[in-house]
Amino acid sequence: MKYLDEYRDADLTRKLLADIQKTISRPWTLMEVCGGQTHSIIRSGLDQMLPPEIELVHGPGCPVCVTPLEQVDKAIALASRSDVIFTSYGDMLRVPGSTRDLFAVKAAGGDVRIVYSPLDALKIARDNPGRTVVFFAIGFETTAPANAMAVLQAKALGLSNFAALVSHVTVPAAITALMDSPDVQVDGFLAAGHVCTVMGFWEYEPLAEKYKIPIVVTGFEPVDLLHGILKCVRQLEAGTHTVGNAYERSVSRAGNKPAQAVIRKVFELTDRAWRGIGVLPMSGYRLRPEFAAFDAELRFPEVQAIETKESPLCISGLVLQGRKKPGDCPAFGRECTPQAPLGATMVSSEGACAAYYRYGRYSFPPPGESLPKGVEGGGRGDVR
Amino acid sequence: MTDKPNLLGWTCPRPLQNYPTIVMGHGAGGRMMADLIEHLFAPAFSNDLLAQMGDSTVIEQSSISNQKSKNRLAFTTDSFVVSPLFFPGGNIGELAVYGSVNDLAMRGAKPLYLSAGFILEEGLPMETLGNIVTAMAKACEKAGVNIATGDTKVVQKGHGDGIYINTSGLGVIPAKVDIGPANAKPGDVVLVSGTMGDHGIAIMSVREGLTFETQILSDTAPLYGLVEAMIETSRGGGRRPPAIHCLRDATRGGLAAVLNELSIASKVGIEFDERKVPIRPEVNAACEMLGLDPLYIANEGKLVAILPEAVAEKVLSVMHAHEYGRDAAIIGRVVSQHPSIVTAKTAIGGMRVVDVPAGELLPRIC
Repeated sequence: MKYLDEYRDADLTRKLLADIQKTISRPWTLMEVCGGQTHSIIRSGLDQMLPPEIELVHGPGCPVCVTPLEQVDKAIALASRSDVIFTSYGDMLRVPGSTRDLFAVKAAGGDVRIVYSPLDALKIARDNPGRTVVFFAIGFETTAPANAMAVLQAKALGLSNFAALVSHVTVPAAITALMDSPDVQVDGFLAAGHVCTVMGFWEYEPLAEKYKIPIVVTGFEPVDLLHGILKCVRQLEAGTHTVGNAYERSVSRAGNKPAQAVIRKVFELTDRAWRGIGVLPMSGYRLRPEFAAFDAELRFPEVQAIETKESPLCISGLVLQGRKKPGDCPAFGRECTPQAPLGATMVSSEGACAAYYRYGRYSFPPPGESLPKGVEGGGRGDVR
Repeated sequence: MTDKPNLLGWTCPRPLQNYPTIVMGHGAGGRMMADLIEHLFAPAFSNDLLAQMGDSTVIEQSSISNQKSKNRLAFTTDSFVVSPLFFPGGNIGELAVYGSVNDLAMRGAKPLYLSAGFILEEGLPMETLGNIVTAMAKACEKAGVNIATGDTKVVQKGHGDGIYINTSGLGVIPAKVDIGPANAKPGDVVLVSGTMGDHGIAIMSVREGLTFETQILSDTAPLYGLVEAMIETSRGGGRRPPAIHCLRDATRGGLAAVLNELSIASKVGIEFDERKVPIRPEVNAACEMLGLDPLYIANEGKLVAILPEAVAEKVLSVMHAHEYGRDAAIIGRVVSQHPSIVTAKTAIGGMRVVDVPAGELLPRIC
């Protein structure tokens, strides 16, 4: 496929690997911030092809994984209401809440619908004026413009039966938290290409300077990732620490200004809890007061009091901070599998645990008896 | 067809054509149901066995199996609940016929007879039912099978999705044919009969309103003709046993699920090269957009075959000559290492494990 196959080219991959090998003189630990990058690295087998001096640790950039448990429980409470149609991106449906997931709510009669865009949720709201349509507005700066646009549209159209359950988070706050943590040992960051497509990379410059660490904006295909790694390793070997751009075909320093303007118009910064990490100051977006009418938590205030309980076995918080790898978890592949996930990192295909389980199980063999016994039913049945 | 007559339905018999939609009376065992069978199902599926119209259909043993030749019977069942009922390249009626026909073919069985059970939702337009039944009749003709028995039920509005169809199939396995999921041997090669993921993406593109430069059509097709040609070629002359070890139609769960099932059943490892798996560019594009992996997407007219390397090229060329095997390709091989695990060589030359999907395929957020 054009614009994709070029970036999955085996010859180019070999050449970049050789360049990295030539450049590197000692061990470096790099963190890819985004779960989409983790997925691509494991899916393509890149982690096994890199020189042994490079250790990739997987960052907190999986929006599904870091959505805090209380927000998932709130989603479940809202979705269980007969007067609510709950709409969400598909991969949030299997994220375990304290006692069940959104699929279980759907099976119990809740009206839970997968949408591909928040604008689809608006359409559902238009078509169902008698019920409140709640959209689960999660994600990093990547999904924020579209989610903000949906709120603007709802206001413009006077769709009073649309509301958003907002759980947005931002990348710079996560990098700050990781660098301030004494347990996190990272020499360089691969920043998320799509986040920077929206936000640009100017806001990473003070971070690179403050923490004396190279940050390279990196794409998602294997060649993009190797290009980012090479640029990062070159800086590390030369002892520099600037913000580099290895995703120039999509990212500029300033980013997409109209998209940023939409975000600023609808959202404001707030403290936000990250699943498995805790509350990070000014690390997320919430609706501005002038859009309070579209805030699902204000419309259904009873969900604000929801308390949460995490599985004591799950170490997803440490995985999200790059302090542990999925294979380090005693529950990995045993109590915790994609079929029965204990934590969100095992759910989303961008979650590090799910990526390891799906593609890397061979190199991290759990006991043979934990092999899946066959394909589960699920909803795929309706293709026949 | 053995429900007690419903006297409410019986009191006001009217000809079928006066009902533009299915009503509860069409499943009540009375005149209306008889009309439905007489005017709609019987003409479409007309054959001698169905004409018996008994509580069960009597089949002469000689017509299915010759005792001397040690033929065996294959028997299968499958239910079809697809939404939408009509989609690019097919409809629920064709799927219901080809689904059971293909399940028989995957054991090397020549499909002979089907049963057809219809669960109709009150309010289903009669025209829709007519179109589905007509499509099923055509599909039966194409697949060389007869519908030997059937049943109709009607459920109240809101208790079904228009129509559900169950088919069971009866087929006969020629002597010495032994094709089964546990037969893969290290050294065997793995073939697919064509492009992967067409059906699932065709369905998803309608459901999600995705449009592409070229429309993606479902690949729904009867595969026994292709299987028969493969079996004959793999015999290596004369009446020797055919060399094909495993066949599987790559339906729900796609290629990834099938390879995992075969590797587990045969206690062998399977390795394949991602770049050799035929995938249409538009299917690939849709998968990239939706965050799905084409290896996990359903097919309805594609099979996976495992057979000894010695016959692989010959079988492949026979497949290429068949209308349902034009894009067939050798994608990998069976190994003795890592039993029950499927690995893929990635496009960039890396290696990954290809696991079974956990449950419903979920589009990724970004």
